[in-house]
Amino acid sequence: MFARRSKLGVRILRGTDMANYIKLTVLGLVVLFAMLGASFARDLAYQAHMILIMIVAAGLFLWILRKTDEPVSAVDLSHEYNDGVIRAGVIATAFWGVIGFLVGVVIAFQLAFPVLNFEWAQGYANFGRLRPLHTSAVIFAFGGNALLCCSFYIVQRTSAARLWGGNLAWFVFWGYQFFIVLAATGYLLGGTQSKEYAEPEWYVDLWLTVVWVAYLAVFLGTIVKRREPHIYVANWFLLSFIVTVAMLHVVNNLTIPVSIWGSKSVIIWPGVQDAMVQWWYGHNAVGFFLTAGFLGMMYYYIPKQAQRPVFSYKLSIIHFWALIFIYIWAGPHHLHYTALPDWASTLGMVFSVVLWMPSWGGMINGLMTLSGAWDKLRTDPIIRMMVISLAFYGMSTFEGPMMSIRAVNSLSHYTDWTIGHVHSGALGWNGMITFGCLYYMVPLLWKRERLYSLELVSWHFWLATIGIVLYAASMWVTGIMEGLMWREVDANGFLVNSFADTVSAKFPMYVVRGLGGVLYLAGAFIMCYNIWKTIRVVPEKEKSFSTAIPAE
Amino acid sequence: METYTFLRQLADSWFLLAMFIFFIGVMLWVVRPGSNAKHRDTANVVFRHEHKPPQSEDLER
Repeated sequence: MFARRSKLGVRILRGTDMANYIKLTVLGLVVLFAMLGASFARDLAYQAHMILIMIVAAGLFLWILRKTDEPVSAVDLSHEYNDGVIRAGVIATAFWGVIGFLVGVVIAFQLAFPVLNFEWAQGYANFGRLRPLHTSAVIFAFGGNALLCCSFYIVQRTSAARLWGGNLAWFVFWGYQFFIVLAATGYLLGGTQSKEYAEPEWYVDLWLTVVWVAYLAVFLGTIVKRREPHIYVANWFLLSFIVTVAMLHVVNNLTIPVSIWGSKSVIIWPGVQDAMVQWWYGHNAVGFFLTAGFLGMMYYYIPKQAQRPVFSYKLSIIHFWALIFIYIWAGPHHLHYTALPDWASTLGMVFSVVLWMPSWGGMINGLMTLSGAWDKLRTDPIIRMMVISLAFYGMSTFEGPMMSIRAVNSLSHYTDWTIGHVHSGALGWNGMITFGCLYYMVPLLWKRERLYSLELVSWHFWLATIGIVLYAASMWVTGIMEGLMWREVDANGFLVNSFADTVSAKFPMYVVRGLGGVLYLAGAFIMCYNIWKTIRVVPEKEKSFSTAIPAE
Repeated sequence: METYTFLRQLADSWFLLAMFIFFIGVMLWVVRPGSNAKHRDTANVVFRHEHKPPQSEDLER
């Protein structure tokens, strides 16, 4: 029976049914609003999104309706971890990774061969529309899903507690996928506020805020009910990532919509303040999304795969506080030689250089975790991936502070050197550590004996590494060449080169960069095949559990 | 006083000092006597409860 009668004869609703009625009401209102929005829409992106929202909300309405007033079996799940959402996150990470890398390869060749900006696709699939799709797909879809599933994996195991909030974790997962779909389709249809890494318009931003608060609640709730006395350092990094991204996202997206029926909005910050807020956001998206969050992954998965505790726990705590205290000030180095006051850009530069220390402290801490187990590098391609990711982390955290110095920046800024720097960090550090974590987790999550093939992991490792080397090296060459060509003046003080001269000089390096991307993408395909085969072919593990350690 | 001037002065003086003291305090706290055993124990958290949370009978420590 789904409803009981109390002694007074009043019909008492079960809590779940009451919640379902509220959900149905909200979803019904959302469908109604989306219908109005779709018909009053002032621009294409808004209209497409409202139709999308209408379909999704109507589907959810039916799905919940079918469950309402039905008996539910109350099973106590507190004695096991919530791994279903992590499995979904692993699949989403691999899927979005391939999409993001693929779009990256396409736009790399669009730069080399402009004819690939097809006439019939102008305004939808030309370089200008696809580039933000690529950056958001790799950072927020690939990287974000990796952070989501790894943070859920880590926080449960280091807190010895099931995820707090029941199905709230599933809401976070699907809500985040919906955000990605809204953002990606918005870019193609022209719905963008043209802020780097923060392109989605106001209603997408509001949705992400809701999802992110739920994410914080799940993560923090799990930490609060932990059964371990101490909060393991990986959770500190992950929590700082969640909290700081919430703060950055809200402050950088304080916009006023022009109309509730349109996607266009206006930021409340004027002029140079807007630029400063944008790069405070932009650099800390790198610092907290792509660095602090992934360091949280590093501090869990490297000790696990190496089967020894982190080299120095003290150093990891100092690493944490130094990193978050310093990173937050580094943003102004994106605005050298602009209307930003000199003291502010000097501040950003100095903190960027100081940041070198905690970054390398963390890298050394991760690498030294392998001390006494360096032989694993020969036998275990997963550890090799994790180690090379730290090597790229160290390299790009040395390159970054150097490029933030005003004199160096006057050469490097606006050139492809910046693109090379970003990719050695993103492909090398974020990509490689994510691949390592996925390879580690897949056999455990699907309870398989082992990975399908370690040889394919090796193939992935070498394809990706050579791809990054081609990418970074060609971008160094072309970036520095470009910077030198732009500043070259003749004896009379006239500029020697036109902009088009640099474009034609860059052609060979653009092709090499594209090939590097192809290799990296091929590696990702091999990973997907390997994960697929692990799930479908490798026999299930019996009762005894152990980590995927290769036969020595 | 203008908001900007006030915030600028605060950022340059007391708040800077407060953050610096907190930061140094963290460093000193980390190397406090007796932290070694605790840190060694915490570093090994990753090797416990890998597959399921502790069941209600075997409460932690």
